[in-house]
Amino acid sequence: MNSIEVKNLTKKFGNFTSVDNVSFEVYRGEIFGFLGANGAGKSTTIKMLCGILEPTSGDATVGGFSIKTQSEQVKRNIGYMSQKFSLYNDLTIEENINFFGGVYGLEGENLSNRKKWVLKIANLEGKEKLLTGSLPTGIKQRLALGTAVIHSPNIVFLDEPTGGVDPIERRNFWDLINTLSSEGTTVFVTTHYLDEAEFCNRILLINAGKIIAGGSPKELKENYIKTIILEIECGKTIDALTILEDSNFFGSATIFGNYIHVKLKENDTEENAKDFIVKTLSESKINTSRIDKISPTLEDVFITLLEKKD
Amino acid sequence: MLTRIYAIVKKEFRQILRDNRSLILIFFYPVFMLILFGYALNYDVTHIKIGIYDLEKSELSREFIKTFNSSEYFDIVKYVTSPEEADRSLNDKTVQCVVTIPVDFSKKFYSKENASVQFLIDGVNGNTATIIMNYVNSATLGFSEKVSADILAKEGIRITRPLNIAGIFWYNPDLKTTEFLIPGLIATILMVICVTLTAISIVREKEQGTIEQINVSPVSPFELILGKIIPYIFLAILISILVLILGHFLFGLEIKGRIIYLAAGTILYIIAGLSLGIFVSTIADSMQVAFQLSTLISQLPTNILSGFTFPIESMPPFIQIITNLTPAKFFIIILRSVVIKGTGIEAFWQQYIYITIFALFFLTISMIKTARQRRTV
Ligand SMILES: Nc1ncnc2c1ncn2[C@@H]1O[C@H](COP(=O)(O)OP(=O)(O)OP(=O)(O)O)[C@@H](O)[C@H]1O
Ligand SMILES: [Mg+2]
Repeated sequence: MNSIEVKNLTKKFGNFTSVDNVSFEVYRGEIFGFLGANGAGKSTTIKMLCGILEPTSGDATVGGFSIKTQSEQVKRNIGYMSQKFSLYNDLTIEENINFFGGVYGLEGENLSNRKKWVLKIANLEGKEKLLTGSLPTGIKQRLALGTAVIHSPNIVFLDEPTGGVDPIERRNFWDLINTLSSEGTTVFVTTHYLDEAEFCNRILLINAGKIIAGGSPKELKENYIKTIILEIECGKTIDALTILEDSNFFGSATIFGNYIHVKLKENDTEENAKDFIVKTLSESKINTSRIDKISPTLEDVFITLLEKKD
Repeated sequence: MLTRIYAIVKKEFRQILRDNRSLILIFFYPVFMLILFGYALNYDVTHIKIGIYDLEKSELSREFIKTFNSSEYFDIVKYVTSPEEADRSLNDKTVQCVVTIPVDFSKKFYSKENASVQFLIDGVNGNTATIIMNYVNSATLGFSEKVSADILAKEGIRITRPLNIAGIFWYNPDLKTTEFLIPGLIATILMVICVTLTAISIVREKEQGTIEQINVSPVSPFELILGKIIPYIFLAILISILVLILGHFLFGLEIKGRIIYLAAGTILYIIAGLSLGIFVSTIADSMQVAFQLSTLISQLPTNILSGFTFPIESMPPFIQIITNLTPAKFFIIILRSVVIKGTGIEAFWQQYIYITIFALFFLTISMIKTARQRRTV
């Protein structure tokens, strides 16, 4: 049995359809990424799956329980970390852990064991007495994740847990997600950092309430990016970009850090394109030092998919 | 279930204690209210110094003067013999009011023409002047009523009172400050604090999003509301004790009846106030709205409809019915009975029931509304 099974789930706010007839499933123990731009309907979907928002139509089972008719059982089996920071800033780290532990019915030795565990995974041992409000965002988010799973749920929903977190802390946070996953917890995570999506076992892309693609990162790249992307290292990068763009030889050309990325047109070969680049640039006295074929990123996939839709 | 409620109670206590600023405000407010109302609006102006200018010196005029002499509100300090002396006495403050009885006082009175008496009042302090005027007016009316009833009775005519004089004034001269003001003040203070604090404490969680984390947990609306109420019951009890102590030292208030009756009534009233606060929190979405709504819903009815500032008997019948919507009305009756008069439970057991019904009503609505809102975030 899958951890989550969603069937034709729809949520309307008045005339506006926020989530539009969505169906998918999440396998047990996987890290499942839910991707979409602002307002795509990610939070709305999560809230329905957590039993705090009633669907307009459709249904889903979470941990085997229906979100429509068994929302209380659903709640007992999941952890949820909302997009808004939702620990108490005026309580200490320990008081927050105690509170959420108590809310999930933990007490005595049980509670103190779990508290130790949360402090350990959030890397906050010895800082129990600090006021939560005084912590940097990255650490707050680790603590929030810890408290969200204090009752050892089978499934945990994380709604944009790394929003506003610096890159190093984001790395730490993803280590934590991996730890949870390796212990058998199903992780359902939303993000709009596409680089993070690479860490997911499977991802689902949602746009304007509708699912537009899904699969493992590798599958997505193979299925949706048929064209070849080349990375060029050369002198006078800006001039070179203009020349390559004007040549109309490529599908697109963009600056990527110090390099240029060009997307080949559908039937072009790699060899052909390499020759063209060296030749064209040398005509303008620009020296090409390196051309490599690179694997596409999820960002490329996403852009391609959205371009296709328009 | 107990673990969950206990967790909420503990957390709420922590937050209350950590927020020093609000805590100071919560305790400063009753002190401020008592001092402000107690002194600025102290309607017990007693021992008004009266000068008498009696031009008639008849049996009736002496009778009239006796009305002032026999009341603790007035002290007759001198008899003046000329208008100039009257002026002088007012100016040098030896008297606050001069009562002038005209030469034809009895003649006019018995011939059923309108006899008039003149009062000169020191008007420097407008507030005091108004109070003095009300007192002398009422004393005069009382006298005229009594005497005319006597006269008419002699002539064999029975009269019914043409109008209820007590209702004309915004104070009741027969009652004292403590008896009248303190119960009303206690009711107001407790209601404002209970409603505002609970409403704000819940709406703050809505505004900051922490409520979502609770909604997604197995905590039921009943557990949440109970957990929210318990800490504030304790806080409000502390405030009640503070108010009673202050009342004792500032106004000589003493509890005549049994403390247990007072405690029961107060706790019921506190729960009623807290329920109303929770109800407000289910309507308001921002702390600002919650604050305004709670002050409005707690202060206005408690002040106006409870009989605290306006006597209920003198209200139009329709408004009199509306006064039953405020638990303060019943709580004030309990306070007057237990604290001031020291009567037994037979005088106010019904009030307990009214307040309980009020509390249960709002608790139930709030629980239903909370349960519904949880599914429609
Ligand atoms: N309670 C509501 N009433 C009306 N519209 C709503 C409500 N909640 C969400 N919406 C709308 O539904 C759409 C999807 O919102 P949602 O919060 O699910 O997006 P999201 O994918 O989580 O976006 P973000 O990345 O900004 O968090 C938005 O256009 C939002 O305005
Ligand atoms: Mg969102």
